[in-house]
Amino acid sequence: VTADFQIRAAGDSALIVDLPARLDVPTSARVIAMAEAVRRRFGTSVRDAVVGYHTLTVYFDALAVDARWLEEELSEIAADPSALAETPGAAIEVPVCYGGDLGPDLEEVAVRVGCTPDEVVQIHASREYRVFVVGFVPGFAYMGPVDPRLALPRRSSPRTHVPAGSVAIAAGQTGIYPMETPGGWHLIGRTPVRPFDESRVEPVLFRPGDRVRFRGMTRREFEEALD
Amino acid sequence: MPAVTVLRPGMLTTIQDLGRWGQQHLGVPVAGPMDWYSHRLANAIVGNPADAAALEITLLGPELSSDAEILCAITGAEFEVTAGGRPVRPCEPFTLGAGERLRFVSRIAGSRATLAVAGGFTVPQVFGSRSTSLTSRLGPFGGRALRTGDVLPFGRTAGAPARRRGRPIPLPRGGARVRVMLGPHENWFTEQAKQLIERGRYVVTPDSNRMGYRLDGPRLEHAQLHDLLSDATPEGSIQVPGSGCPILLMADRQTTGGYPRIATVITADLPVAGQLAPGDWIEFEACSRSVAIEALRRREEALRGSAA
Repeated sequence: VTADFQIRAAGDSALIVDLPARLDVPTSARVIAMAEAVRRRFGTSVRDAVVGYHTLTVYFDALAVDARWLEEELSEIAADPSALAETPGAAIEVPVCYGGDLGPDLEEVAVRVGCTPDEVVQIHASREYRVFVVGFVPGFAYMGPVDPRLALPRRSSPRTHVPAGSVAIAAGQTGIYPMETPGGWHLIGRTPVRPFDESRVEPVLFRPGDRVRFRGMTRREFEEALD
Repeated sequence: MPAVTVLRPGMLTTIQDLGRWGQQHLGVPVAGPMDWYSHRLANAIVGNPADAAALEITLLGPELSSDAEILCAITGAEFEVTAGGRPVRPCEPFTLGAGERLRFVSRIAGSRATLAVAGGFTVPQVFGSRSTSLTSRLGPFGGRALRTGDVLPFGRTAGAPARRRGRPIPLPRGGARVRVMLGPHENWFTEQAKQLIERGRYVVTPDSNRMGYRLDGPRLEHAQLHDLLSDATPEGSIQVPGSGCPILLMADRQTTGGYPRIATVITADLPVAGQLAPGDWIEFEACSRSVAIEALRRREEALRGSAA
């Protein structure tokens, strides 16, 4: 059987297990299961195991770990279907106040995809999303896939300041900005939920593999939730 | 607890240890020193564990005072420095007396100095680390650079100072040649780009910081134009956006990114890259994994050094 994956070096201290480049749930589930298997097998002798859409990047100390040995171990994990049972992710519901000044791009999104703002909201809130990757800033979850009816590329000019809690869509994905950062996605609403909060016992809310649903909330409910 | 007070912060002075590892899958960046070698050397000189927290000092140095006598060492970029008015020699231990001032005057070479104090700076850990991530505002003082009036407690539990003295990192004079391993996405680029990355000379632009260096020089063309799905971005990655202008990702990089990466600076040469300043040139030389590992072994030997 020919392997359907490749292992690439990213410098001397990281290896990438690279599955066929697809944005889909089976590929993501396999990457997450590999990450779990790597953590079980190597513990702290790997420094980090970072989940991408179709890649797992394993960081190690280049003097303590022989890269050729690790490459063989990773091949074994990637090729072994019995090691690949993904632990089911958590189900998380996220209330969102859509539109208005909290979702300044909602109207434009509606015009560009050819429906009403209410329909955009209804489409966005009507399915369960999977967290594919957590990255960019602490706690930012790349979720998808978004209904193809809302397909839009990123904004041509990114904003320099996107408020924390902004709920956004772009390139078939949706996400929540955990802190004020620059950002190029379309802002359709805002949530009082904090994806990253240093004062919480578990500061990071979303993990790869989690299942997320959005539901609408009123401006008043949003403001009460912030207090 | 004894403490150091910041009288003048300098241009960009941050607290760093060896980085915030083990959380990148949650989007938490590693941060840590731009020059890991000088960080470890400074800690070794004062008898600290390698990962004790020290100050990373950029281009224009600070003025500090201590309320207790303290053993210090300064490594990395070379500055003219005085402690209580006495000149300080780089990469050698020195004592700052209680109430005395440590003044960084002018910079001679390199861009980032490490100041370690015996016992290390004992600011609270965030996610198991004292490194400052300016990009995600995480770490000591809410993840910001130090300001006038900041008070930095230090420990009292250093080990014996090193008996053997490690050698300093060679500082770039106007620029440096650093070794890279090609990849992971070299096949996304044209043959010409793969040759240019080795033959071209680039300049570190003023729009460069702890997150990454934007480089000016020959454009690197992509062979295929489709977007890469975001994946992890190790330190030393040379990523190339559609503009063709490469960006060298440094210590405070984000955990993931979506641009193809043509090559990756080897761990042994990251400290040299970390000592470059805006306006300096940088050239890349491809090497194999075995050369990269051998170079890293040599750095470890240099760090252990010879008998003082």
